[in-house]
Amino acid sequence: MGVLMRIQNLRTSFFTQDGEVHAVNGISYTLEEGGALGVVGESGCGKSVHALSIMRLIPQPPGKIWADEIWFDGRDILSLSENEMRHIRGAEIAMVFQDPMTSFNPVYTIGFQIMEALKLHQGMDNRQARRRAEELLTMVGIPDARARLDDYPHQFSGGMRQRAMIAMALSCNPKLLIADEPTTSLDVTIQAQIIDLVKRLQDQLGMAVMWITHDLGVVAGLARYINVMYAGYIIERGRVRDIYKRPRHPYTQGLLGSLPRLDEAPGTKLISIPGLPPDLIDLPPGCPFAPRCSYVTDQCLEGMPTLEKADGNDHFVACWRWETIAEQKR
Amino acid sequence: MVAAQTPLVQVRNLKKYFPITRGLLIRRHIGDVKAVDDVSFDIYRGETLGLVGETGCGKTTVGRTLLRLYEPTAGQIIFDGVDLTRARGRQLRQMRRRMQIIFQDPYASLNPRMTVGAIVGEPLEVHGVATGKEKRERVQELLELVGLNPYFINRYPHEFSGGQRQRIGIARALALNPDLIVCDEPISSLDVSIQAQVVNLMEELQDRLGLTYLFIAHDLSMVRHISDRMAVMYLGKIVELADRDEIYLNPLHPYTRALMSAVPVPDPEVEEKRQRILLKGEIPSPAHPPRGCNFSTRCPELMDRCKEEKPPYKEVSPGHWVACFLY
Repeated sequence: MGVLMRIQNLRTSFFTQDGEVHAVNGISYTLEEGGALGVVGESGCGKSVHALSIMRLIPQPPGKIWADEIWFDGRDILSLSENEMRHIRGAEIAMVFQDPMTSFNPVYTIGFQIMEALKLHQGMDNRQARRRAEELLTMVGIPDARARLDDYPHQFSGGMRQRAMIAMALSCNPKLLIADEPTTSLDVTIQAQIIDLVKRLQDQLGMAVMWITHDLGVVAGLARYINVMYAGYIIERGRVRDIYKRPRHPYTQGLLGSLPRLDEAPGTKLISIPGLPPDLIDLPPGCPFAPRCSYVTDQCLEGMPTLEKADGNDHFVACWRWETIAEQKR
Repeated sequence: MVAAQTPLVQVRNLKKYFPITRGLLIRRHIGDVKAVDDVSFDIYRGETLGLVGETGCGKTTVGRTLLRLYEPTAGQIIFDGVDLTRARGRQLRQMRRRMQIIFQDPYASLNPRMTVGAIVGEPLEVHGVATGKEKRERVQELLELVGLNPYFINRYPHEFSGGQRQRIGIARALALNPDLIVCDEPISSLDVSIQAQVVNLMEELQDRLGLTYLFIAHDLSMVRHISDRMAVMYLGKIVELADRDEIYLNPLHPYTRALMSAVPVPDPEVEEKRQRILLKGEIPSPAHPPRGCNFSTRCPELMDRCKEEKPPYKEVSPGHWVACFLY
């Protein structure tokens, strides 16, 4: 499999009245063609901002994006003109957002909004676009698609709106689908339907999927690689199995421990991580997790560790003490 | 286990309908949203009863009606031997001291213009329990109890994070030493690592103060973790109620099974092997529930009978209640 996207040292900041908010602090990774990546972290860890930076959807100012490279399928995204970028957005990289109610325009029909992208990116006429839009809605499992094309977003339920959103994102056969918490506002039974749908479509169409979520459960069955983010850094990255079975970073360990599991007998106390994530305006000089970490030493307070290879293939962790911690756990 | 003694709360055939009206000057009653439709259950002293269900199934309405924040349409709520639905005035006020609620959204449930001291102390004042210096001391004691610094008493809600605000909400609920606390999705707006902090605090407080919880949530894993028994709601009705392990190991109602199978497990190996029961379609409107079983429109085990009549809610084995014609 070839490389689809390579990110080198991406940083994104927002300049506000209170100071510079360091949302993303130098992250690097590659994504393969047809790959499935889960980006996991809590609110404010930079997971969404990093995706919006790739799409260049960060308003500048107040935002600013730096990177050595955001290489996507043969081009450096940061060097493209706004006009060229518009041909990538929607056509080659498509995005599905968290809230399906606010991501549609309420005054246009669902059909109109799907057809708009088809006409713009694929040069279809009205008739072709309408036929294709109908096909897409059928593909994502909306019954009676032809009639539903003329419905307005408010006539769709939450789950159906998210399906329609996915149909719209897939309309131009993108190479990468970025799904930013697409199921957070949905109920579990509907969430299961959407996850199933995205998995099926990925197999069918061969696109790469980046699934951004705070829920480690959702991506366990969906992703092949996981990036765990904290305070704008990738603090651990690896294959799904390594991340869940042998987490090396204390934050990943804490995150997994704080989740109750339906398939395990309850009775044990949840592991809670004390304290709060750091203020992104005033980041500590060392490891951003140090103030909450139970393994902290002076070294952690002084310098941020870089991602280094942990045991196993493709398993990386940014922690000074991961080996000692792994030793202790054993 | 603390169950198997006297019930603190007995709910019998509780109904809460919200009227749908039409017309501006002459309002005509044209229908009802059956938010809670004939629900019965007990909550034992010292236990946690978990109430799960999806959006719009009526779980929050059950919690609020239980405290008589909504007037029930029909049915009985017996709290420690007293029929709450008949209680009026002074008696109702006396009863209300013994039951409190923690709300879902810690950003909306704290008045931004009141200090923490005023928020937590308000129940003390309203019920004439403590004023002045005594009140202040009690508030500081409560803040300490929920893991907040007592010096925070003069701060405003915006100075706190979500998890800390939820602690303030818990302190307020504890102010009057209640017997029962209705926890209405107290952690769903918090981050994962903070959720565990709040849940651990709630469990500690329960042990120390002998509290009884009705824990309402849509997160099944969390409800299974915190509850002694669990009830599953669908479209205004309880479809199944049992001990937390019984309901997980031996779910009977097709909806409970589907719900359990839809919950993602943070383990790639388990996820790979799991068979999901994917439900078709979506929840019908509670204003027009199906004629037969409320779940009949989506049920994978539909029989002819299900479309015609509503299944009775019955005890199929000791402590395991289910409403389905299969049993």
